Amino acid sequence: MALVLNEEQQMLRDSAKSFIQESSPVGALRKLRDSGEEWSPELWSGMAEMGWTGIAIPEDFGGLEFGYVGAGIVLEECGRTLAASPLLSSSFVCASLLEAVGNEAQKESLLAAIAGGETVFTLALCEGDRFDPTRIATTAAADGDTYVLNGSKKHVLDGDLANTFIVVARLTGDADSEDGLGLFLVDRDTEGLSVSTTLNADNRRVGNLDFESVRVAANAVIGKPGANGAALARALDIGAALSAAELLGVAQESFERTLDYLKDRKQFGVPVASFQALQHRAAQLFCELELCKSCVLKALQAIDQDSPDRSTLVSMAKAKVAKTSKLAVNEAVQMHAGIGMTDEFDIGFFMKRSAAACQEYGDYYFHSDRFAELGGY
Amino acid sequence: MPNLEEFRQQTRAWLEESCPASMRNPINSDKDQCWGGRNWVFESDEQRLWLECMAERGWTAPQWPKEYGGGGLSREEAKILKQEMARITARRPLESFGIDMLGPALLKFASEEQKQRYIPEIIRGEIRWCQGYSEPNAGSDLASLQMRAEDKGDHYLVNGSKVWTSYADKSDWIFCLVRTDFDAPKHKGISFLLFDMTSPGVSTNPIKLISGKSPFCETVCENVKVPKENLVGELNKGWDIAKYLLTHEREMIGGFGLSRAGTKTLGQMAVSAIGVADGRLAERGIRTDIADFEIDEMAFALTIERVVDEAKAGQGTGAASSLLKLYGTELNKDRNELLMSIGGSEALAWESEGGETQAQHWLRSKGNSIEGGTSEIQLNIIAKRILGMPG
Repeated sequence: MALVLNEEQQMLRDSAKSFIQESSPVGALRKLRDSGEEWSPELWSGMAEMGWTGIAIPEDFGGLEFGYVGAGIVLEECGRTLAASPLLSSSFVCASLLEAVGNEAQKESLLAAIAGGETVFTLALCEGDRFDPTRIATTAAADGDTYVLNGSKKHVLDGDLANTFIVVARLTGDADSEDGLGLFLVDRDTEGLSVSTTLNADNRRVGNLDFESVRVAANAVIGKPGANGAALARALDIGAALSAAELLGVAQESFERTLDYLKDRKQFGVPVASFQALQHRAAQLFCELELCKSCVLKALQAIDQDSPDRSTLVSMAKAKVAKTSKLAVNEAVQMHAGIGMTDEFDIGFFMKRSAAACQEYGDYYFHSDRFAELGGY
Repeated sequence: MPNLEEFRQQTRAWLEESCPASMRNPINSDKDQCWGGRNWVFESDEQRLWLECMAERGWTAPQWPKEYGGGGLSREEAKILKQEMARITARRPLESFGIDMLGPALLKFASEEQKQRYIPEIIRGEIRWCQGYSEPNAGSDLASLQMRAEDKGDHYLVNGSKVWTSYADKSDWIFCLVRTDFDAPKHKGISFLLFDMTSPGVSTNPIKLISGKSPFCETVCENVKVPKENLVGELNKGWDIAKYLLTHEREMIGGFGLSRAGTKTLGQMAVSAIGVADGRLAERGIRTDIADFEIDEMAFALTIERVVDEAKAGQGTGAASSLLKLYGTELNKDRNELLMSIGGSEALAWESEGGETQAQHWLRSKGNSIEGGTSEIQLNIIAKRILGMPG
């Protein structure tokens, strides 16, 4: 498959760009933050109207079946304006899990609701401060045909606005074992579940969940408990690849804004862009970003095509983009200099979002380690 | 596309029949690569035969026009030929700066008479060419070159020195940048001149590098008489040809960063050399650096793929050659640094039974980011031409 966007995908990019720049420019994030809010329900309805909430969901369940390259295009544009939404958690990661291992009844009711943006799902996975998808101590004990959950989850993305959590809990095995995990649907208001939230530097809230003998009915079990490893692995690859796509948008935009600023800003009587010390750093960053574009597109194509190299390509993409984005936002603030340190100027928002998105679904260290492991060393 | 399939079948059959068995073996020594030219001593009859039968079809230069002896193949057909040659691991019949560098410039800038004269002999491998660009005082600032070609009525009189002329001591002719207007701004007084290396007054000296023996030479011209008909393109417009050629060269050098298919990855080599502890490469620091390198290497290979695909789809990003040259050569240096770390003390050995040692490869790789325009020059080009930064 050619490593370029086809005509349909280019059209999607154009429409995504104009929608998001119109309805959620960076100024919208500033307004939300200043009024103590984290997201905009109006933007979410708009995204649903655009079809984005169902972009990767099969047509049979109310989606557009546009694939994950399409999902990446949308998230990259969201990254450019730092638009906050639960698209990644709900419409892409959770929907892929439901599609892969949900039963027909679950798919028909839940996927359609996700595709329409009527409900928001999120994955409750990690329990520590680092992304570690196998370190699961939360337990699920069978009791007749129901299950009882005990334990806790941290840093649950979009934990403030999710209606339903897909909880990863352990049926058997040690806390670090890759096997023996089950997936359970738990509504926010279920008895025994308490949810608190933490406001992060990027003005998004993550959830902290405590499960105290939370009973899950048989129809809220997804897939076959203990045998969802492949589906979960794929969902997390989708999360990592799309998070790389969003991060690419963040990094690209922060680079372009910086470049414009360098051409505009005058010191010693000339634009600072004429200084070679800055030119070489900008050119180097440009090259890194060009490599990132290739990585992200390839990783998303690998998901769409179910490539056997999927996980290697996804880890390559997330590791490369995370490293580059960190460089891009650091260079952005340094090159903006004094004004880059002020809250009044927008460039700092890119640094904050970059730091958070770098960690989502695995940071540079997680993915470079996994890349090496998959490479046999 | 039935025509292409037919072409593939015919090509496959012809190659099977025509490519001698020994020309399908891996390259092991310098003599295995045929450079042709007046003084070339074929290492075997098969090497001569392979060159002759490929040259007869014009397949030493598959996409050049038939009227000058080229293969006249379309881009798609040339790709098929390449794939079919790779299928039977056929060697390239001819290594040639005439084909890789001079030819494309002649096709674009030379007179009809010059094309008729020079291109067929390049295709047949009869004349070996070298390139005279850099000078002792003109490296990154190439346009400040000082080799003079004075108009003496019926000829030019050439005086000056060139450096880094690869294989000058083995070449028959040179294509050369010379100054023909001594008062004009530096880019506007340069011309593109061809001359015979056996002309009286031409001498060459090999240059030894930090890595040992090298193909590079210094070439000195003292009162060399060059016929005026050997000027290519317009007088004082040689810089345009030089720029065109440098773009080609950058793309060639950029490809160095890629590992060859079928060879072991650095990670695998490290596992053999260093061993594994707790399921991971025993040396954790090197492991992290290898992963970093392999991620970049893969991302770079994908970027080449994307640049090609975008060009085909008419979405060209333009000026990609500087990016590829810069990144490819820096990666090759990184690869060699890692190979030195993986090999440990053994990598320091200076002598070996056959071929060059790792230490020599490592030292030679340092030149990748200097030759064909330094990394710093590539960064300048990206900053100015792509990013539009002033000054």
